[in-house]
This record gives sequence, C-alpha cells and structure tokens, in this order.
Amino acid sequence: MTHLLEAANLKKIYARGGSVFADQAKGDRFAAVDDVSLHVAAGDTLAVVGESGCGKTTLARMLLRLIEPDSGEIVFDGQDLLRLSGEALRTERRKMQMIFQDPFASLNPRMKVGEIVAEPLAIHERRLASVGRLARAGEVLRRVGLDESALRRYPHEFSGGQRQRIGIARALILRPKLIIADEPVSALDVSVGAQVLQLLQALQKEFGLTYVFISHSLPVVAQLATHIAVMRKGQFVEYGPAEQVLRQPASGYTQELLAAVPEIPLARQV
Amino acid sequence: MLSTGNAATFLSETNGVNPYDSGMDALAEVRSLTVELPTAAGWVKPVSEVSLQLEPGAALGLVGESGSGKTMLSLALMGLLPPGARVRGEILWQGVQNKTERFATEAQRAQRKEQTGGRNLVGLSEAEWRGVRGREIAMIFQEPMTSLNPVMRIGAQIEEAILAHEPNARGEESRQRLLTAMQHAAVPEPEIRAQQFPHQLSGGLRQRAMIAMALAAQPKLLIADEPTTALDVTVQKQILDLLDRLRRELGLALLFITHDLGVVAKVADRVAVMYAGRIVEEGPAKRVLTAAKHPYTQGLLAASPTLEKRALTPIPGTVPQLTELPPGCAFAPRCALRRAECDVKVPEFRCVDAGQAARCVLIEATK
Repeated sequence: MTHLLEAANLKKIYARGGSVFADQAKGDRFAAVDDVSLHVAAGDTLAVVGESGCGKTTLARMLLRLIEPDSGEIVFDGQDLLRLSGEALRTERRKMQMIFQDPFASLNPRMKVGEIVAEPLAIHERRLASVGRLARAGEVLRRVGLDESALRRYPHEFSGGQRQRIGIARALILRPKLIIADEPVSALDVSVGAQVLQLLQALQKEFGLTYVFISHSLPVVAQLATHIAVMRKGQFVEYGPAEQVLRQPASGYTQELLAAVPEIPLARQV
Repeated sequence: MLSTGNAATFLSETNGVNPYDSGMDALAEVRSLTVELPTAAGWVKPVSEVSLQLEPGAALGLVGESGSGKTMLSLALMGLLPPGARVRGEILWQGVQNKTERFATEAQRAQRKEQTGGRNLVGLSEAEWRGVRGREIAMIFQEPMTSLNPVMRIGAQIEEAILAHEPNARGEESRQRLLTAMQHAAVPEPEIRAQQFPHQLSGGLRQRAMIAMALAAQPKLLIADEPTTALDVTVQKQILDLLDRLRRELGLALLFITHDLGVVAKVADRVAVMYAGRIVEEGPAKRVLTAAKHPYTQGLLAASPTLEKRALTPIPGTVPQLTELPPGCAFAPRCALRRAECDVKVPEFRCVDAGQAARCVLIEATK
C-alpha cells in the first residue's frame, strides 16, 4: 500500500539564545522536530496532538516545505519533495494546502475575500482570466456555506467562523489532495467549531481529501482522526490508530493528557 | 498547603459582619441587572435582566459563547464598564469592610453606617469602586501576558497590588504578604520567581502570578474570565485544581466564565448559561449538564467534542447581533423546537425541580 504522504526522520534544529554570536558548535541548540517519521494513506486523517512548544506546528510547515527540514525525507504522491525545485515543486505544491489557526491573522485585511480566495489561482493557473478566477472563487465559497456576495467584502466584515470558512475555501480552490489544518477550530466558539468540523468532514468525503490535523485538543481530534500521533519535545511518543491511542495508550504522557481533559458528564447519549 | 490563616481568619476582617453569620446566605446578589451601551445603531443590551447569587466558598459557572454578554456582566461586577454605559438593576454586596472606608468621605461613611448590610454596587462612583475592586471583588483574565506589565518583575507587580489597597503595609509586611499570596497560588520557588519578568514564566506560571495578584488584597469574590482557555490541558488542570482549593480553603466565592462545558463541569457547583445577554438556563451543574432543559444548552452539549467519538450536531445559524434581536426568544430562530408562542415575548424562567430553571415555553413548570 502506498501512502499519499510519507515522511522519514525529519529534523529541524534551531539555535537557542538570541545572540548573533551564539556558538552553534557548542551545542547551544535544540531540536524543534527531532527524528519524526509518519505516513498517511489517501483519505485518512492523521492528527498530531501535543501541547504548546512540542513542535507540531513546525512539523506541519516542514511537510509543506514552508520550513526547510535540516534532514530527512518527504515523499508526497510518489514524488521526493525535498529534491524538487522551481516549476516541479510548484506543481506538487498545488496538491497540498494549509488552513491556519487564527482566522483573524491568516487573511489579508486589505484584500477583498474574492481576491483572497482566488489568489492561489492567480499563482497556479495564470492563464485563467480574472473573471474566471472570481467565478471559481464564488463556487468554492458557496460550497463552504458562504454567500457569493462575500466576494466583494473584506475579512473584517465576517465572524471568526466565517473567516475560517474563507480560509478553507482558499485551501480548496486548487482541488488539493492533502490539506494540513493547523488548529482550525481552536480560536472558535463551541457551536461554530462544530460547524467547521462538520464542514471539514463533509468536504473530505466529497473531494476525497486527506488531512493532517494539528491540535492540542484530544476531544476535537477524537471526532475525525483515523490515526493519532502524540508529540512531545519534538518527538512522537505515541503513534497509532485513533481508537487505540485513545483507549489503550502505550505512553504515560498520552495517559496524562487524556486524564487532564475535563469531561462533560454525558447522560444517555444518542 | 496554606501556611497562614484559615477561612474564618480571612473573613473576620469585615466590619463585624461575617457573611456566615448574616441573615443573607449570599455574598452577592445580582438582581435584574441590565447594561446598555450606546452604539452607532442605537442602544444595545449586552446584559439583560440578569439575576444571580454568589455564595462564599461556592463556584458559579457562567457559560456562554462570544456575544453572550458574559464578559460585559463580569465588567459590570467590577465597575469596569466602558464610559457611556447605562446600568439598571442591583448588585447587592454583603459585608461592608472597614478597609473600604478609607476611601469614603465623611458623608459616605455616615450613610454606610446606617446600612445594616447589603450595599448596592450599581451607581458607585469611581472612588467608591476603587474601594471594592481588588479588595472585595477581584478578577483574572484569559491572557495573563497582556494583563502583566512586561517590564516589571513579578514580585513588584504583586506588591503593587498589595500596596494599592494597603499603602501602610510597606517593607517587611508587604514582602510577607507577597510571599503568602504566591504560596496561595502555589508558585514554586517564590523568591526566585518574584525576581523574574513575565516573559520568563510559562503560561501556567503567569496565570498563577495573576491569581496571586488578584488574591493579594484578600477579596471575597474572584471572577475568572476564561482563565485557562489559552493554557495547555495539563496546565489547565493544575490551575482549575488550584482555584478549587482556594475556594474551599479560603472560602472564596468564584464566578468562573467559560465557553467550555467540560471545564465548567469540573469547576462549578452551579451553572448559568447565557445567550444574547440573558441567562437562559440555571441550576446545579450536574443537572444542567446531564439534563439540560433549554434547547440552546442542549445544542451546546450536542456540539461539544468529547473523548468519545460521536456525531457532533452543530447548532444551525449564528448568534444574533444585539441590534437585531427578535421580540420573543432570542434563540428561537435557531431552535428546532420553535413554536409560534416563542416569538411573542421573551420567555420567563420556568422551574424544573431541584433548583433548575430555564427560559423556555416548552417546559412544563412543576410545583
């Protein structure tokens, strides 16, 4: 079985301390991502769970080469991602997109929503005229539950949940195979977050998407993950099918995280 | 592990009025509180006819999403409403402390002597609020980094809070009070941490520093506005355990504001759910969370992810703008059980048994 995404021994090392004169050789460094390997089959959802500073966001960006790994391999859709450059890299990049955590910071406040959502087309499908781009943008906005009138409005006119939908629309417009979602519902209210999660699940079915879902919240992850990786200090301390990680975690750290989740006492649930 | 004092000592500094002895059980009673704000689109009511009771040693969880009015309510309880706000209703505060009278004028001092207890905080002047804020009612916020002064050492900031209320406690006494406050907040290695700056502390420690500052003047009520939302789950657990301990050991009344139903289940004895400025359901935490009567509460529960994988049901639609509230139940447009009756007027509270009540016409009132 070939996986859509396979990563092996990824490492990213940063220098500690802000001084320009910090001596790298003296070992004044720390590994944000320390020898991480993963694989995701098409259609699956891999959740990477961890607390702040564990390296999950750095890992997410490395998978897209937004941050260059110091060592390791990434094979995406059969291509060795780290060897590609220029046009070839751009071609692969169409197939992998990202949704960000902060619906307020991830949309350019000076661009209309239509321009924001159509921007990936401006980069990857240059032959498409502006009218065509906006038409596609309108289509995908409708698909995420926003009215076409959104095209002409600015981000600040929308609520957090709506802005997150705009971010999703932007990620979808190139019809990617893989979407990396970095804490997509953390900044949202409960009922709004539930709407966004439901949307992500529906889109996954409709478009055959594969997700890598970064989160600090085990309950959120329990809703849609097929596989879960628990990350701590740059390493995976647990990695397996979702059910197994949630019910019978091998790692003490996972058990600690599970025990710390404040649970709602659910009565007779449907 | 508190080394100094116990609940009785802590509370005995009141002006001869010990809340446990008084006729009123409640520390504070909010009666039909309404806050109005002027906006470009006219007056809006972020808080509308809210009534609550806060008891010493008890935790009331206030649940609501953005736009529910929960933060505005907490600001009203601290006299921190924006200028131009109009407030109606009462915030009846039990126990007039000797310490507050330091700020009062002669006339005000005489007037207060006439009061036997129960002082309405609505309409207090800024000078009078300064006697209440911090020393009777204190607050901690969601983002400790924005509440802490980044260029001042932690210890100095906590001492600043102490001295603001007790200017005579300089030197050794304020130093002692500082360490006590940090111990109450379970800050490890307090002497070292006192010398550090906020950026040198983790999120959890900063929140503990906030708690130490809030407790510095020994308030009776602590309002916590989403204090753990920005924290990791393991750190959140520590802070919640700390607040619980403080509640029990100091007899502190806690008003805990959150949108997280799991957190409220852990922290609160009683829960009040807010929607569009009103309380729509209230009752013992366990009852409200396992047998919610208001469709909005039920909707929140059905939309909340848990470790058990189950189909989440989002609530359709969005929270209404305060400028566009319907004449009847504010939740009706999103409610699957909506009836004609719902749109006539805002539903009154109907009691279910065991001290639970909700604003819904569908409830068959018992008793």
